[in-house]
Amino acid sequence: MRRFASLFTHPAARWVLLALALGFPFVASSEYQVYVMATAFIWAIAVYGLNIITGYCGQLNLAHGGFFAVGAYALAILTSDHGWNFWPAFLAAGLVSAALGAAVGVVSLRLKEHYFAIFTLCVGFIIYLLIDKWEALTHGAIGIRGIAAPDGFGLVDFSQTRPFYYLALGFLVLAIWFAGRLASSLLGRTFMAIRNGDALAQSLGIDLMRNKVLAFVLSTTYAGVAGALYASMIRFIGPEEANPNHTFDMITYLLIGGFGTLFGPLAGTVGVVWITQSLQFLEDYRMVIFGPLIVVLVIFMPRGVVGTFLGWKLRKDAEAARADARPGVDGMSGTEVKPHA
Amino acid sequence: MLQLEAVEVCYGSFKALKGVSMQVGAGELVVLLGANGAGKTTLFNTISGLLKPTAGRVTLEGQRIDGLKPSRLVGAGVVQCAEGRKLFPQMSVQENLSLGAYLHRRDREGNRRNLREVYALFPILEQKKDEPAGSLSGGQQQMVAIGRALMSRPRLLMLDEPSLGLAPLVVNQMFEVITRINRSGTSVLLAEQNAFAALKIAHRAYVIEGGSLVMEGDQQAMLGNEAVRKAYIGA
Repeated sequence: MRRFASLFTHPAARWVLLALALGFPFVASSEYQVYVMATAFIWAIAVYGLNIITGYCGQLNLAHGGFFAVGAYALAILTSDHGWNFWPAFLAAGLVSAALGAAVGVVSLRLKEHYFAIFTLCVGFIIYLLIDKWEALTHGAIGIRGIAAPDGFGLVDFSQTRPFYYLALGFLVLAIWFAGRLASSLLGRTFMAIRNGDALAQSLGIDLMRNKVLAFVLSTTYAGVAGALYASMIRFIGPEEANPNHTFDMITYLLIGGFGTLFGPLAGTVGVVWITQSLQFLEDYRMVIFGPLIVVLVIFMPRGVVGTFLGWKLRKDAEAARADARPGVDGMSGTEVKPHA
Repeated sequence: MLQLEAVEVCYGSFKALKGVSMQVGAGELVVLLGANGAGKTTLFNTISGLLKPTAGRVTLEGQRIDGLKPSRLVGAGVVQCAEGRKLFPQMSVQENLSLGAYLHRRDREGNRRNLREVYALFPILEQKKDEPAGSLSGGQQQMVAIGRALMSRPRLLMLDEPSLGLAPLVVNQMFEVITRINRSGTSVLLAEQNAFAALKIAHRAYVIEGGSLVMEGDQQAMLGNEAVRKAYIGA
């Protein structure tokens, strides 16, 4: 069992995963499946952003869906209303979400724990209201149509589903790669130190505010980039994109996958998107199945699928290591104990 | 080096420190004795900047430091090793230690040298450097906590109950290491309930009760003091 489990944590596993993703459009039974998978990838990018501020840094941000919508609207407004090309608009969408993230972060991160969560919930709702009511900029409830698809090159046309799938996959790989680098860097460990406790982090000399704002900006940039990709795939967006419900969808993905793990956001998002898809025929009754499923997961896997798996494997490996060690040798061996110091 | 003048700290309407005045000289090892709830941790958190005094002043070499951000104080060399060995359990021993060098992250050469010194002080940690800190025994976790504080390059090291919950043999070893740290030139402020062991390595000591310092004296005076023996040594 342990050997079987090692297959998942083996370094080659991620290449197998990538190969599966690359091959998926060729084995998918319909274009619709490819489309659903591309959507899942885009949401996963946003969930990776949420994982930075909430998973690694421990600050429950309930405005994440709002920043996703900001990225989507920035791209939509610039390409549709102002005739920008896709790539400059895409870059601008990322920058707008980052700048807005910095502004919101500087104010909201003065609050701690649930006060921060409540504040950001309000921020998310304000973004929704602004998008819904500021008709001069966002066209209000009518929404924006005619959003540019990413500019292709040669024979590659990103307005087609399959090429777009690979574009989304490319950004997802980039998102995961950066998250992995971050998690293993001193900056990532700084975020985790803050998650372990403000006082502890401060007693190591960590500037709380600066690092929290940085984590927040990184997360909103992820959200903005994902939102911009989403807008260019759907080609039509409305205020519903900013509905705070999307934030809770993303928290569900992260909860099921595992907060603060590298592959939790991917497993959670892709898994839940496909479960909801396959229960589609039940219409609203699918929540009857989905709700209890989440309750069971939270009770038996409080650290999510990936988190629980990693914890289980760590325990098994430690047991195996203890079994290998000579009996009678306790943890203090090798220290110079001087009883009469 | 460190000087407190009539420092008061309140939690709401409760006054946790009532006009505390004390000092720690350069290179001194000063012990703070007191029962649970006497105000030891509050006093430490005030010196390290986690709490702001409502009255009085704290100075470090004549410079006022009360009200400064904790991260600034760590930079100035005031480093606290918190009670309860608060490690990052999922990170490896070495990652925990490297977080202690957070403010000196650009000085990689200096950090490597410090890491070697910490490993020389606690050889077991080098053997376990890649293991998650949460898997270590209590004594080893305390070593990581002290090692992490040393990586911050303290001039004044504050240790809050380092012997708490450790086996007697390990406690002796811990006090031996604290003496070595002090002899290498770092001032140490040590809060302890294990009064006898702490006084044996101390230069001076204060006794705190109900938020006030009620007694002060050098090692010999404290060890010989009847009240101290009764209350904290039990002999």
